[in-house]
Amino acid sequence: MQSCPEDGRGGEARLAFDEMTEGGGGIRAPYEKIAQWLDAVPREQLQQRRLEAELFFRRGGITFAVYGDAQGEERIIPYDIVPRVLARAEWERLARGLEQRVKTLNLYLADVYGAQNAIKAGIVPPDLVWQNPAYRPEMAGVEVPHGVYVHIGGIDVVRVDADDFYVLEDNARTPSGVSYMLEGREISIRLMPELFSQHRVAPIENYANELLSSLRSVAPRNSAADPTVALLTPGQFNSAYYEHSFLADKMGVELVEGRDLQVKDEVVYMRTTEGPKRVDVIYRRIDDEFIDPLTFRPESALGVPGLFAAYAAGNVTLANAIGTGAADDKVIYSYIPDLIRFYLDEEPILKNVPTWRCREPEHLQYVLDHLAELVVKETHGSGGYGMLVGPHATKAEIETFRALLKANPEGYIAQPTLSLSTCPTFVESGVAPRHVDLRPFVLSRADGVRIVPGGLTRVAMRDGSLVVNSSQGGGLKDTWVIE
Amino acid sequence: MLSRTADSLYWLSRYVERADYLARSIEAAQRLSSLPAAYGGEANEWESAVETAGSGDIFHEKHETATAETVARFLICSPDNPSSIVKCFENARTNARAVRTALTSETWDAINGAWLELQNQNVSKLTPSSWPKFLAWVKETSLRVDGSAYRTMLRNDAYWFSRLGVSVERADNTARLLDVKYHILLPENATVGGVIDYSQWAAILRAVSALTSYHWVYRESLKPWLIADLLILNQQMPRSLAACYSNIVTNLDEIAGAYNRAGPAQRTARAINRKLGATKIEQVFQSGLHEFITNFIGDNNKVGSAISSQYLV
Repeated sequence: MQSCPEDGRGGEARLAFDEMTEGGGGIRAPYEKIAQWLDAVPREQLQQRRLEAELFFRRGGITFAVYGDAQGEERIIPYDIVPRVLARAEWERLARGLEQRVKTLNLYLADVYGAQNAIKAGIVPPDLVWQNPAYRPEMAGVEVPHGVYVHIGGIDVVRVDADDFYVLEDNARTPSGVSYMLEGREISIRLMPELFSQHRVAPIENYANELLSSLRSVAPRNSAADPTVALLTPGQFNSAYYEHSFLADKMGVELVEGRDLQVKDEVVYMRTTEGPKRVDVIYRRIDDEFIDPLTFRPESALGVPGLFAAYAAGNVTLANAIGTGAADDKVIYSYIPDLIRFYLDEEPILKNVPTWRCREPEHLQYVLDHLAELVVKETHGSGGYGMLVGPHATKAEIETFRALLKANPEGYIAQPTLSLSTCPTFVESGVAPRHVDLRPFVLSRADGVRIVPGGLTRVAMRDGSLVVNSSQGGGLKDTWVIE
Repeated sequence: MLSRTADSLYWLSRYVERADYLARSIEAAQRLSSLPAAYGGEANEWESAVETAGSGDIFHEKHETATAETVARFLICSPDNPSSIVKCFENARTNARAVRTALTSETWDAINGAWLELQNQNVSKLTPSSWPKFLAWVKETSLRVDGSAYRTMLRNDAYWFSRLGVSVERADNTARLLDVKYHILLPENATVGGVIDYSQWAAILRAVSALTSYHWVYRESLKPWLIADLLILNQQMPRSLAACYSNIVTNLDEIAGAYNRAGPAQRTARAINRKLGATKIEQVFQSGLHEFITNFIGDNNKVGSAISSQYLV
């Protein structure tokens, strides 16, 4: 199954832990049937199915937009038809770790905007909390229903060997991608029924139901017995618009834009053909800054004037809460294991990637000395933009980052390059190992945490590449948790 | 349902129906211009096609004379024309995308599929010889959109608003099509009811797929007042003004029933429906067909505004 790297960068892909072959000749148990299938099925058939999958995405309008790309307003994400498989036991352990992590994120946010125990106890330096641009002073003292801030969390994890999962980053704002997880499964069932039926794959199609009941569970106390949920989108030119409409559709809730909502006497209503109708819970896919021009950016045309006041008055629940970004930047990330111990009195189940905080002089010095080995990321960046992958960088790129780091050490963290695991992937040259990560979607509700088994596997389609972001040409795979 | 959703459903249907009408009016003009009278060099059937599409002013900003080439291109794909066929499909798709959740996958697929096909074939590069095929495709698309809505959508307000869009637009279009004939002047020495007149009316009937229906209903040779009767007052004829209005009233009543409230839209539509019911075709010709149609288009616009202010904003 091993392929020769097409260029000098293929090194890691060969040395990395392969989830099917373990890097050796053997086949790991969860992949037995996949390996047989890959041996048996002709390449032309794989190619044919790949094309069918692409057509399915295209015709369904399952697209995303890349900002600043004048060419294609709407693009489809490459979909790799070879599924990624996790054994039930592997998943159970991962899920426990995710639950622990998301509980901690919620407790930390309640703490940051409330009692500030973790700061008083010296776990997190106060300036990191207050100077974080995603910290929202308006939220201090605002009580959110059931203490849930991160109703939907996307925790990006990678594995490096058979045993360990590392958290790469926590997404506590408006994580996207779940529609691809669900549509990817649809495609597997449609295009590879024979392979699918050989496995007992844990179902994920209940995600939208789980999401809806989670959202209802956190409705304001003064709302009707049957609370009204709406999904707030920036509109059809947003890169994730397909997902917004998909989720609204699956939940059977209205997909609203800012102009469909109005606030009167601190209560939110949507404009309907039958007149104004009260809204109790808003699953918002608009960033904090744009959600209410009266409280945040005054020039925002996407938001709803007065929404924050209604929220602070407890008349509407926003999911996720305002200000959750205070918990998911890349510096706070490095404190999460300590916060797990602090709040839950448990040892972290998932590992953290060792992180050098460039704001600390010793760390900065180490990073500057080892730039060629490290990955440097912007503290508040996302989407795979503005990062340096040392081992793949040119001399000039390294020097550029050296200057950036010296000028603004606060703005960066650095991590060792992880040898991300690989999965068999159908590419131009045939089936070859490609690096993957995993974004499971974790729902926090009034009475606990729910996770549908699996998540969105992103795959770097280019040989040796570690960048899996769809904005950077990454693709997707269906993720199977099997008995 | 969200007002914006209702608005998008209503307009997406209107745009698809309008594209269909534009295709048909180009076909009618093609037929008319191939009649012997046109050999005299009069290109007024193209003039009338662009006039009755309501885009005469914009057209004449760019073009001096209306020829087959300039008008067809203008109505099909000119970027100067805000309601070209291509633009109609684009608008329909934008509206559909905004209310993706209110559409069935079949209806979405019909609209999105058409839009994708437009992206693939470069319409502005089409030569006149390939226009007939393109126009046939436009009509097919509107059939697909309409048929998928009819066959798959739940019978609730979403469906009724989309049907309203079809009927309001269709009433407007039928009225305009009848006016095409008014704009075409018979050559001085030709007689009303003569061969040329006959062929002109036949072309119009053919354009709305009504020639056979005419023969079934009247079992007579083509007579202007009977054709007007068919397209204005005959309830059996699905695109007659009377049939459109009984649909509009029915759909508005469904909405009023579901919401437990009627308003100006229902009242205005009923008044027009009553008026059409009481009209005799002889009166229409006595008072003038063109005047009748101009009046009707105004009335129809009033219903459109009433629907809009009652439900869509």
